[in-house]
Amino acid sequence: MRVMAQMAMVMNLDKCIGCHTCSVTCKQAWTNRTGTEYVWFNNVETRPGQGYPRTYEDQERWEGGWTLNRRGRLQLKAGGRLKNLLTIFASPKQPSIDEYYEPWTYDYERLTSAPLQEHTPVARPKSLLSGQDMAVRWSANWDDDLGGAPALTQADPVLQKVSDKVKLEFEQTFMFYLPRICEHCLNPSCAASCPSGAIYKRSEDGIVLVDQDRCRGWRKCVTGCPYKKVYFNHRTGKAEKCTFCFPRIEVGLPTVCSETCVGRLRYIGLVLYDADRVLAAASEPDETKLLAAQRSVFLDPDDPEVQRAAEASGIPRDWVDAARRSPVWALIHRYEVALPLHPEYRTLPMVWYIPPLSPVVDVVRETGEDAEDRGNLFAAIEALRIPVEYLAELFTAGDVAPVTAVLRRLAAMRSYMRDISMGRDGDPSIPAAVGMSAAEMEGMYRLLALAKYDERYVIPTAHAEQAHSLEELATECALDYEGGPGMGGSGPFGEGSGRGFHNDPIAVENFHMLAQRQTTDTVADPATRKARVNLLNWDGKGVPPGLFPPRADEPGEGPGLREPDDAAAPAVVQPRPVGGAEAGPAGAGTEPRRDGGTP
Amino acid sequence: MTTLATHPFAAAAAAAEVTTADVVLWVVLPYLFLTVFVLGHVWRYRYDKFGWTTRSSQLYERRLLRWASPLFHFGILFVFLGHVLGLGIPKSWTRALGVSDGLYHLMAITIGTVAGVSTVVGLALLIYRRRTVGPVFRATTRMDKLMYLVLAVVIALGMWNTIAGSILNLGGHYDYREGVSVWFRGIFRFDLHPELMADAPLGFQLHGMAAMFLFALWPFTRLVHVFSVPLGYLWRPYVVYRAKARTTPGTRPPRRGWEGVQRPKEHVGPF
Ligand code: SF4
Ligand code: SF4
Repeated sequence: MRVMAQMAMVMNLDKCIGCHTCSVTCKQAWTNRTGTEYVWFNNVETRPGQGYPRTYEDQERWEGGWTLNRRGRLQLKAGGRLKNLLTIFASPKQPSIDEYYEPWTYDYERLTSAPLQEHTPVARPKSLLSGQDMAVRWSANWDDDLGGAPALTQADPVLQKVSDKVKLEFEQTFMFYLPRICEHCLNPSCAASCPSGAIYKRSEDGIVLVDQDRCRGWRKCVTGCPYKKVYFNHRTGKAEKCTFCFPRIEVGLPTVCSETCVGRLRYIGLVLYDADRVLAAASEPDETKLLAAQRSVFLDPDDPEVQRAAEASGIPRDWVDAARRSPVWALIHRYEVALPLHPEYRTLPMVWYIPPLSPVVDVVRETGEDAEDRGNLFAAIEALRIPVEYLAELFTAGDVAPVTAVLRRLAAMRSYMRDISMGRDGDPSIPAAVGMSAAEMEGMYRLLALAKYDERYVIPTAHAEQAHSLEELATECALDYEGGPGMGGSGPFGEGSGRGFHNDPIAVENFHMLAQRQTTDTVADPATRKARVNLLNWDGKGVPPGLFPPRADEPGEGPGLREPDDAAAPAVVQPRPVGGAEAGPAGAGTEPRRDGGTP
Repeated sequence: MTTLATHPFAAAAAAAEVTTADVVLWVVLPYLFLTVFVLGHVWRYRYDKFGWTTRSSQLYERRLLRWASPLFHFGILFVFLGHVLGLGIPKSWTRALGVSDGLYHLMAITIGTVAGVSTVVGLALLIYRRRTVGPVFRATTRMDKLMYLVLAVVIALGMWNTIAGSILNLGGHYDYREGVSVWFRGIFRFDLHPELMADAPLGFQLHGMAAMFLFALWPFTRLVHVFSVPLGYLWRPYVVYRAKARTTPGTRPPRRGWEGVQRPKEHVGPF
């Protein structure tokens, strides 16, 4: 037994409202740079839907993840090591930018610099790759909320597997959101595909990272990852991926996506696992048994035997304690409601999901029946093949039994807790029907529904022996750093080369980026990459020069919205909202003015 | 030539009728460029590990790249092997192995021509792609352009030498294995023969000079990725584990004198 600790996440899909806050804050924190415009370490996709990049789940096409070879041994789906090396010059299975989307900005400057004319000037979309005008045809969430359905939805690889068996009736459509980050797999195929060995799994907490100094841009990891969660930075020529916000995790803070999640549906905690069992679990021949195989890799932190072995493996005591309190462990093991995403990829992913009950509840409610009644919900779970089979393709390699079991538990919790919140006594037969005790059910309710901050996130800090080297805890100011990072602009050998990028603390890099954003952004002009107002860049503080036309009393350049020379003209040409500044019933400016005040 | 009398190369220089220009061109410059090549790489590796990459542009365009890049790279790999054989291995060795000069020559020009043609076609396609595909061109640095130019010149001259010199025998037969190769090996054995290069046909002289210039340019271009051929991948374990080291990105080493308290290693064993 070789005990290792893994930082893991669970997302409760029932609560995701598809607001994309997680994606945007993640982007703001990590991929808000030239070269990563198209990159979303966190993305939220509507299911059924094609996902991002499009149809990434079609492994017959993209050849990500692992497979068993003829002798039943685990092998990369894209081929053996030699083939991997021989295809290094043009990676054959890498999604092109069309599968992601061509990133763009708008020519905002047109809006203010256009001469006075009959027609309102428009801000055309400009490609961030070529700088040319472009037609926007796709994005990271183009089919959001089933937009473009059924035409676009039909291309969903998961749906295609299901609809062979079950006819898809789009009148009875269902949907839910699937937020995705890198899975920080126990058996990461991205790392296994990397010829340079630049992708590594941190032995302390299992976070999978790309060593930017060792990555040589072979792009094999992009093919290797079945979730397509390694991205190629097209300016620096290096692979980048979700970092599980390790600088935050190291000091006990949750990841940015979790911290900002509006639905408060993400849980972060440790699990302990036996590294010696990983290979055997990933090589399980029967795909539908992979879920059980992956569960068997985990070690119970309450087991004294495991605790001793953990100590022997150098896992600190407080980490073992954190593993015992881990919400992730509780949801996977104690309540058994979390399932891994696509276990059939055999990477042993470590971001698990609680499948959504809401498609079932919605259908029951639409029929006018009581959507909180156990009997109705249980019956609906059995009857509604489409959502259940679809969920099974996502989470259990097609085996409906575990999905049904989870949904029954969630349904049971719903009807059990209704009684209690109505002031009645809980019906103990309800938890019993799904194999739980009343106390367990209430504990699950507390974790899932109340979801207190310190119960959602149980993150032990990185060790005090290392504390001095952790930037956020450093006793010196983290910014007294020689020759600050060279953000933006090209070094002598291309984007971002040179000493500026040597081993920068990330907080320092962010600090400089922010400072630069606040002071140096100019108008949108894709022609010069340095001078771009990408509104995603703007943190709302200060006014980027060039965002607004020069004021009337300042000498402006070019034909802006300036006061005409004619002295008779009104002094201010600025349009005002119809309601003026007075407060209306719903706040400032909501009530139309009656006095005919000219806007 | 009196100044050369105390020069270490004086013996070589005096052995044949060589001019100062020859010594500069075929002795001084090679060592100069070689030094730049070696020190340049050391410097680049230390200064710019982050910039040490292939700078792939596959994301922008892949239809052309799918053919052009393997054509070029496999071609140039064989060309490289050919040069190792032709420049590095003395005639006597291949003879000792029982390879007759005629057979050697036949192999060299057939394999060499195939490899050369695929290199040239690949490179032409790659340059065409670089120029015409907007995003690829935008991602091209000035250094890239210079490198492409020099590389193209070197390859073109090399092709010319193969076709005109070795196949068509324009301007008479020239056996580079007795000339250029001996000079080349001499550079590394401090057995200097500038006179051999001085006597070589112009095509070989230009090819050699351009190639040396390319080597001097090498450490400052994307060509450094050649030294990252990931052969170790064939043997290493699939998944790499690494402990969080002091040098992990995102952390920094403590200042000297501020290292944390560290427990001395526990004493194990009987002594
Ligand atoms: S999900 Fe993350 S850890 Fe797993 S293979 Fe993909 S990039 Fe690697
Ligand atoms: S922030 Fe939370 S609720 Fe909003 S899309 Fe992301 S995961 Fe869903």
